[in-house]
Amino acid sequence: MKKAPFDHVLDWSGRILLTLILGFVMLPFVVVFIASFNDSAILSFPPKSWSFRWYANVFEYRDFRKGLVNSLKIAGIGATLALLAGAGFAYVLNRYEFKFKSVLNGVLMSPLVIPNFTIGLGLLILSAAASLPRSIWLVVAVHVIIVLPFVVRSVYVSLQNFETRYEQAAESLGATPTRVLMTITLPLLLPGLVSGGLFAAILSFNEFTASLFVVNQRTQTLPVAMYNYVREYADPTLAAVSVIYVAMVAVILLIVHKLFRLEKVLNVE
Amino acid sequence: MSKRPFLGWFASPSILIAFGIAASFLAIVQYSLRAHVPGSLDPGGLTLDNFTTLWKAIYGQAFLTAVLLCFWTAIFTLLIGYPLAYAMVRAKSPSLRSAILLISLTPLFLGEIVRTYSWMIVLGNRGFVNSALKQLGLIDRSLEFMFTMTGVVIALVHFTLPIVVVMLAAALSHIDRNLERAATSLGAGRIRTFVTVTLPLSIPGIVAAISTAFAWTFSAFATPQMIGGGKVQTISTLVYQVGFASFNFPLAASLSLVGLLFTLAVLAFLNTGVRHLEKFGAH
Repeated sequence: MKKAPFDHVLDWSGRILLTLILGFVMLPFVVVFIASFNDSAILSFPPKSWSFRWYANVFEYRDFRKGLVNSLKIAGIGATLALLAGAGFAYVLNRYEFKFKSVLNGVLMSPLVIPNFTIGLGLLILSAAASLPRSIWLVVAVHVIIVLPFVVRSVYVSLQNFETRYEQAAESLGATPTRVLMTITLPLLLPGLVSGGLFAAILSFNEFTASLFVVNQRTQTLPVAMYNYVREYADPTLAAVSVIYVAMVAVILLIVHKLFRLEKVLNVE
Repeated sequence: MSKRPFLGWFASPSILIAFGIAASFLAIVQYSLRAHVPGSLDPGGLTLDNFTTLWKAIYGQAFLTAVLLCFWTAIFTLLIGYPLAYAMVRAKSPSLRSAILLISLTPLFLGEIVRTYSWMIVLGNRGFVNSALKQLGLIDRSLEFMFTMTGVVIALVHFTLPIVVVMLAAALSHIDRNLERAATSLGAGRIRTFVTVTLPLSIPGIVAAISTAFAWTFSAFATPQMIGGGKVQTISTLVYQVGFASFNFPLAASLSLVGLLFTLAVLAFLNTGVRHLEKFGAH
C-alpha cells in the first residue's frame, strides 16, 4: 500500500520528536563527559585545554575510595539479605494463605510509597531511642528495607510463571520437600533470583537520601561522599566520577540485556 | 508431613523486617508528639506544639512548592515519556528498540547524585546551555536555572522519566493490537486510531505513571537540594534542614509524618480515579 503524504509527515515528525527526547535524556551525560576533561578547575564551555588530572584525583581522594568500599560492602550484604528474605516472602506469598498475609505484604511494600527521607529519619530515631551505635549495620538495615519490595516483585513474577508440574512429579516420586526445593524449585527460579538480587544491589549502590540520614564520617557511602564533595569543591573531579559511574552502569546493563533481555526483566514486552 | 513446608522459615525474616519498618514508623509518630529540648538530642515531654508550628508560613510554602514541583514534573514527564514508551514498544527494528531501551533506562540505574550533578553543569551560570546560547549570540546575560523552580523541574523530569517510561511501556505493550487493527480496517486514520483506541486503553497506565512520578518527585532530595540551593525549599530538604541544622528531630518527625499522610492521600485519590475509569471502560 502506498503511503499518503500525510503519513510521511507523521513518520518524520515522530522521528524528530524521538531524537529530541533521546537527546534530552543523553544531554547531561554528554556534557559531563566533556566537562570531565576540562583542564581548568573552573567550568567553561568549550574547555580551553584538556587533561586527565581529575580522573587521577578521583583515585587519590580518600573519601571516594572509602565510600566505594563501604558502598560495595553495604550493597553486597544488603542485597544478599534482601534476596534471602524477599525470595522467601515471595514464595509464601505465592503459595500459601496465612493469617495477616495482606498486612505483612502491605508493611513490606510500604517503602515504595514512603519517601526515602522518612525511612532514613525513622531508622535514625529508632536507633537513637534504642541507643544503638550508628554502625554500618544501620545503613544495611535501611537499604534492605528500601530494596526488599523490588526483590519480592521480581521473584514473585517468576513464581507466577512457574510450572508446578515438575515439583509435583518429583514429589510423587518420593522426594522430600527440601529435596524438591533444592533440586527443582531453586534451579528453575534462578533467573528471577539473579535479576532480583542484581536489581537490589544496583539500587542499594545508588541509594542516597535515606543513607544521608544514617551515615557518619566512617560509614559514608559513595553517593554521600560525592554529595559532600560537591558542597566543598567546585572542580570537575565529580564529573570524572560521574563518567566512570555511567560507564560502569552501562556495561552492567548491556551484560544483563544480553543475558536476560531487559524487556523481560522490566516486564515491558 | 506439613502441608505448608518452609512457611515458618521463609516468612520469619520478612516478619522481622516488617517489625523494623513498623517500629521506625512508630518512632516517628512518637517523636512528632514530643517537645524539642534545645541543645539536647533527647526529646522532652508530650506535646502537640510541633503540629501547631507547622502552620507557620515557611512550612506552608514548602508544601506548596512540593505540590507545584510534583505537578509540573508529572505533566512534563508524561508528555516526554509517552512518545518514548510508544516508540520503545512499537519500534519495528530490534536494534532501534534495544537502543531506545538502553538509552532511556540507563539513567534509572544511576543515582540521584550523578544525574543532579550533571544537570548542574548543564544549567549553571557558566554551564553548557548558557555558554552555548551566549556563543550563538542569542543571549547577553545568563539565564537563571540554578536556584529556580524551572531548573529543579528540568532535573526532576529527567530523574523521573525512566520509571515513568517503564510503567507506560508496560501498559502499552499489553494493549491488544487487534483493536487498533480493527479501527484501521474500518477506515480510521493513524491519528484517529491513536486518539480513540490506543490512548484511552492506556489511561490506567498513565494514572499509575502519574502516581509513581508523584511519589518519586515528593521523595527526591538531592535534586531540590543541589539545584534549588536552599532557594527552592520542599518537604524533603526542609526535613533535613530541621533535623541536621537545628537538630530539632521532633519537628522533623512531625513534618515527615504530615508529608507521608499527604502522599498517601494523593495516591489514594489517584487510585480511586483509576477504579472509576476502569468501570467506565469496557473491560
